[in-house]
Amino acid sequence: MSDSTVTVTGAHAEHEHPPYQRHHFASMEQQVDTTSFAMWLFLLTEIMFFGGLFTAYLIFRNWYYPAFVEASHQLSIKEGTANTAVLIVSSFTMAMGVWCAETRRRGALVLCLCLTFILGLVFLGIKYDEYHEKYEKHHVPGLHYSLKSFTDPASDPEVHNAYPDDKPLMPDMARHTEIYFGLYFAMTGMHALHMIIGISILAFMIFRARAGAYTTGHVTFVNNFGLYWHFVDIIWIFLYPLLYLISRHA
Amino acid sequence: MSTDTIVRLPDQATARIPKVNFLSKENGLLSWLLTGDHKRIATLYLISITFFFAIGGALAGLIRLELLTPQSDLMAADTYNKVFSMHGIIMVFLFLVPSVPATLGNFLMPMMIGAKDLALPKINLLSWYLYIIAGGMIIYSMITGGVDTGWTFTVPLSTHYVNTNVITTGLAVFVAGFSSVFTGLNFIVTIHKMRAPGMTWFRLPLFVWSNYAASILMVLGTPVLAITLVLIVLERALGIGVFDPAKGGDPILFQHLFWFYSHPAVYIMILPGMGVISEVVSTFSRKRVFGYTAVAFSSVAIAVFAFFVWEHHMFIMGVSNYSTLVFSLLTMLVAVPSAIKIFNWSFTLYKGSITFETPMLYSFGFMGLFTIGGLTGVFLASTGTDIHLTETYFIVAHFHFVMVGGMLMAFLSGIHFWWPKWTGRMYPEKISQLAALITFIGFNLTFFPQFILGMLGMPRRYAAYPPEFQVLNVFSTAGATILGIGYLLPILYLTWSLKYGEIAGDNPWQATGLEWQTQSPPLTENFPEIPIVDHDAYDYEWLERKQKEVTSVG
Amino acid sequence: MSEQNDPHHGGTGHDHAPNEQDVHDSLNHIVSPVVYITVGTLLLILTATTAAVSFIDLGVFNAVVALFIACLKASIVVLFFMHVKYSSKLTKLTIFSGLFTFAVLIALTLSDYMTRAWGRW
Repeated sequence: MSDSTVTVTGAHAEHEHPPYQRHHFASMEQQVDTTSFAMWLFLLTEIMFFGGLFTAYLIFRNWYYPAFVEASHQLSIKEGTANTAVLIVSSFTMAMGVWCAETRRRGALVLCLCLTFILGLVFLGIKYDEYHEKYEKHHVPGLHYSLKSFTDPASDPEVHNAYPDDKPLMPDMARHTEIYFGLYFAMTGMHALHMIIGISILAFMIFRARAGAYTTGHVTFVNNFGLYWHFVDIIWIFLYPLLYLISRHA
Repeated sequence: MSTDTIVRLPDQATARIPKVNFLSKENGLLSWLLTGDHKRIATLYLISITFFFAIGGALAGLIRLELLTPQSDLMAADTYNKVFSMHGIIMVFLFLVPSVPATLGNFLMPMMIGAKDLALPKINLLSWYLYIIAGGMIIYSMITGGVDTGWTFTVPLSTHYVNTNVITTGLAVFVAGFSSVFTGLNFIVTIHKMRAPGMTWFRLPLFVWSNYAASILMVLGTPVLAITLVLIVLERALGIGVFDPAKGGDPILFQHLFWFYSHPAVYIMILPGMGVISEVVSTFSRKRVFGYTAVAFSSVAIAVFAFFVWEHHMFIMGVSNYSTLVFSLLTMLVAVPSAIKIFNWSFTLYKGSITFETPMLYSFGFMGLFTIGGLTGVFLASTGTDIHLTETYFIVAHFHFVMVGGMLMAFLSGIHFWWPKWTGRMYPEKISQLAALITFIGFNLTFFPQFILGMLGMPRRYAAYPPEFQVLNVFSTAGATILGIGYLLPILYLTWSLKYGEIAGDNPWQATGLEWQTQSPPLTENFPEIPIVDHDAYDYEWLERKQKEVTSVG
Repeated sequence: MSEQNDPHHGGTGHDHAPNEQDVHDSLNHIVSPVVYITVGTLLLILTATTAAVSFIDLGVFNAVVALFIACLKASIVVLFFMHVKYSSKLTKLTIFSGLFTFAVLIALTLSDYMTRAWGRW
């Protein structure tokens, strides 16, 4: 069986390079460097992609602050904080996974990737629960959106008891809660889509990691995926205070 | 040997296309559809782009036919709206944005920097597939009714008041956007990481600098367009309210987000063309480009400033007057780096040994027409004049001067210049010079009257117009017919040349540049061994010394 | 299978055959798990902090504090989890250019929104 762990030092060895080095690269170092830079550029595009949503959010929050405050009270701070903690721990397990790959610990790598995967699923599960609740309360734009919780807070005892000082909004201000929820679903939905893509890639990686693909010196894939995963975590780090923590004080 | 051409071809009696080249290396459909070779992908792009250009051009023909008469008699107003919208969408997203980068850039850039391929060949192929998917979606959208919102998808028209294929077309443009993003990403990584030994940043050909600047714009700007289209789809499908005044949304927000990409987009379109002009002007004046550093930095400056000026598309839309002051000033500033380039090319020509082969003719056309188009842009940057000229034919003339008189001429210049390298064969010179002349005449006859029409007040995007504008419109349509012939001819004779063109050899233009120091068509891996670069770009003395050394023809 | 005299074999001390070469990230720096644990704990503490602060009335500063803490959290994720502290200048420049462009989008868009109320002239 050929030894796939042989690596060459320097580019002078004509064809004695690792099987995972592509032919248009002069050395493994160039390949690692290049693919890592490519992933960072991709993350740049993601910054600008979410950036448009953050800009829209900024403007409407300034314009319709009361609507945004009361609408945000409809979100469960417990679930939001839990999700934040879940993602932070998953970022930790992912970073540990990279370390395991770098130090060639195959079993530990598989464990870290599995934990990241499971935490990702937990996040999505909690998100689903939140979305479901919004659907039931008719707070999804376009699906029989209802202003009742905002024009008449007493009709919504669960939230009303937690925030008794929330005044009933006039209909024109209450209308604007639909923009809040539109942005809420757009932003968290786009984020969740990125989570789903990440989890799918994780599943593939777990398979490959079990076969030892990432613990023979070729850690680029795990490393670059780690960058993606951390970025998705960072997006949530900003979504959490902006959507959940607008103003929870009495 | 004639002294008014720099062309040096090998002896046609004995010359042959090299047996092993990127075209002959592998055969079969799959070897093309699953290729990683940047040159094959560039060829795939060239064919697809020409196809979509033809559709966009046909739509332009329909527009000009309708505008022959003041009444909306050829087609209903709604249909006319669809025709100009699809013309704009196809020409902008499926032709102009990918044109030079995806064809010439893909083909040449690795060779120009001395690399074997782009950094991410599979992503390159993915870019092409995304382009094809987007193109297919747009054709589907056209067949099932098209959109009539204009290529700018202005809200609330597109979200609330039309029942045409906004969502399909919006998603198609979204996909095309990602094709563009991946191309730009690939280019940036390649230029940073894959240069040959000795190829420092300031030895790069200016074509590479231009594509680098355009790639930065692609990577940073296009995602904002993507998210804007997502918001349009959500607004239209679910009524989330961000753009709906009835729910407190702001239609101007759409325009901010849309133009944040679409203004840099025009620089994505023109910068690679400017790169072509640098190469062609240098070769056909036998002189290094004057002020290399200035041209290189001006490309990057254009890319940076491009992000600061978008609101000049919105001066009359209801933005605050104070912001129009800021953006008006910034727009005037962005003209400066472009002007620097024109000065530098002019000084390159000064005291050069100029010859007038076809690529040079197109470049002359570019320099004149882009200058006119660019200057009219400065008129529009001034808020006061813009209030009167915006949404009239003045704008239409302005952007056609820079995009068609500028970009499309640069594209044709580049295609002709690098055709011998790409195919190993020369195009027929006389007929191509004739075609260039026809294009120039046709272009001016088509679009110059439109400046006057705009000044006189004819609005854009109208199927019907007051009868006093008819004469100028007839001139414009006549010009369009001539222009159409001018564009048809290259398609015909370039195809002809594939079989019957003269064998070109490695370096028919005696150009500097690494791509000219290897065979035509190139090998799949570009170079038999990676070159080591020890000279600056446009070093004609180095070329002369090298030619004296080489005693045999490849 | 060849055994090479490996000049790069730095002793990082872990359980595999000594003549295999470790691959480090592009700057030859493996970040230790201790750093990760510290950063992770810090992130959780900051999350709890930001949640708690949102229950206190600070007026307009609620938003400032929340965003400040979010930026702090994002920074340590970028620097340590994403290894930017140990990365090349190019990586740092790349991130900066992305943030700069985002800042331009917000700032210049706000130049319109914030001045609308100033009236005509």
